[in-house]
Amino acid sequence: MSETDCLDPVRKALLDDLDEGFAELYGAYRGLVFSTALRLSGRWADAEDLTAEAFLRAYRALAGYERDRIAALQPRAWLVTILMNIWRNCARAKSRKPPPELQDQPVEEADPGQDVEEAAVRRETGDELAELLSLLPEEQRVAVVLRHVVDLPVSEIATVLRIPQGTVKSHVSRGLRRLRALGGAR
Amino acid sequence: MTHDPQLDEPEAPDGLLAALAGLAADAPHGLLDRIAARWVHVPSPIGELRVAFTDQGVAYVHAGEGFAEAFRKRFARPLLPAERPPAGLLPALRTGRTAKVRLDLRGLSDFQRDVLEAARTIPRGEVRPYSWIAERIGRPGAVRAVGTALGRNPVPLLIPCHRVTRSDGLVGDYVFGSAAKERLLLAEGADLQRVRELAGERVFYLASDTTGVVCFPTCHNARRITPAHRHGFGSLAQARAAGYRPCRTCRPAA
Repeated sequence: MSETDCLDPVRKALLDDLDEGFAELYGAYRGLVFSTALRLSGRWADAEDLTAEAFLRAYRALAGYERDRIAALQPRAWLVTILMNIWRNCARAKSRKPPPELQDQPVEEADPGQDVEEAAVRRETGDELAELLSLLPEEQRVAVVLRHVVDLPVSEIATVLRIPQGTVKSHVSRGLRRLRALGGAR
Repeated sequence: MTHDPQLDEPEAPDGLLAALAGLAADAPHGLLDRIAARWVHVPSPIGELRVAFTDQGVAYVHAGEGFAEAFRKRFARPLLPAERPPAGLLPALRTGRTAKVRLDLRGLSDFQRDVLEAARTIPRGEVRPYSWIAERIGRPGAVRAVGTALGRNPVPLLIPCHRVTRSDGLVGDYVFGSAAKERLLLAEGADLQRVRELAGERVFYLASDTTGVVCFPTCHNARRITPAHRHGFGSLAQARAAGYRPCRTCRPAA
């Protein structure tokens, strides 16, 4: 029995050939990464950018990894971790710099009290639930998206977010409770 | 796993969990091509080439061994086989008329891009000196750097850096070697022999006393000048002093 016999097809392919292995990795996890990016960012175009960047960074990291590091990789949690880092950095960069149109010109035709961002999310995803998700506090939204949109097990979410499993569960259940309350209030 | 019924997710008679699962979406078709480049084998006048391209255009042209390693080192991007070459690539390689092929020159410095864009304007069958590129991009002192930038051309043949030659008539360095450069130029109909003979006589520009225009020797306008009306010059200043104006096609004055 060779060292790779017990590995899943993705890691096996990565060990055989980095480029073909990458195609396997992308095929296996593109939906997971894209769905996570879409429901965290709330925008289709941002989700495409985040997904492309995450996979590109993953490839560049893999190109520098030794074989045993690839063999030991947990690809799913690893990819989501990369995505979360990029998403957080983007969000931080955006919050430092207000969008130029807010400084230069008044926002056009906005209903009083309507959040433009919310309206955009609703338009782009066409889904009220997606809009409600965007109203959750970040830690709850992240936990709910990872647990229930992309079906990551609690143990992997704990690894990705570097928090105890109990904390993951409490974020998830608070998030769900809040979603129900928000949904019922409409 | 610890079991804490208080924190366990409640059953969802309202269908919330199913609705959340329904928010998953597959990555859009074509997103992979924003991440990975594709590659093909193609024939060319100097033998088989491997060409890598992205959704923006052709990024890399390579001859010989070590293509994948060289691509990875230079671009750090996944490289997957393509089903077919990008539109226009095969005729461009066959004819040497490459203006319509889309190129992906991201990752180059502004200087490199300027040098390559200038080289791209040299027509098939003609050559220009390195100093012409330097002047053309507004960096007349950067002749050496021009040579380096051409030597790092990621898309040889498609950006015809082989049409930039030494003013003494020797072809000079080339990504695929001087011999390949000479073969390419001859196949394109560039009269290197003539350029060398003229250079031996210290003639680098040819002027016509019927049109009053001075050209590079390989310019198609210069090739039409009959011997009786042809005048050679060692510098543009001398040609100007004799009353000639620089050709608007080959632009010896850059």
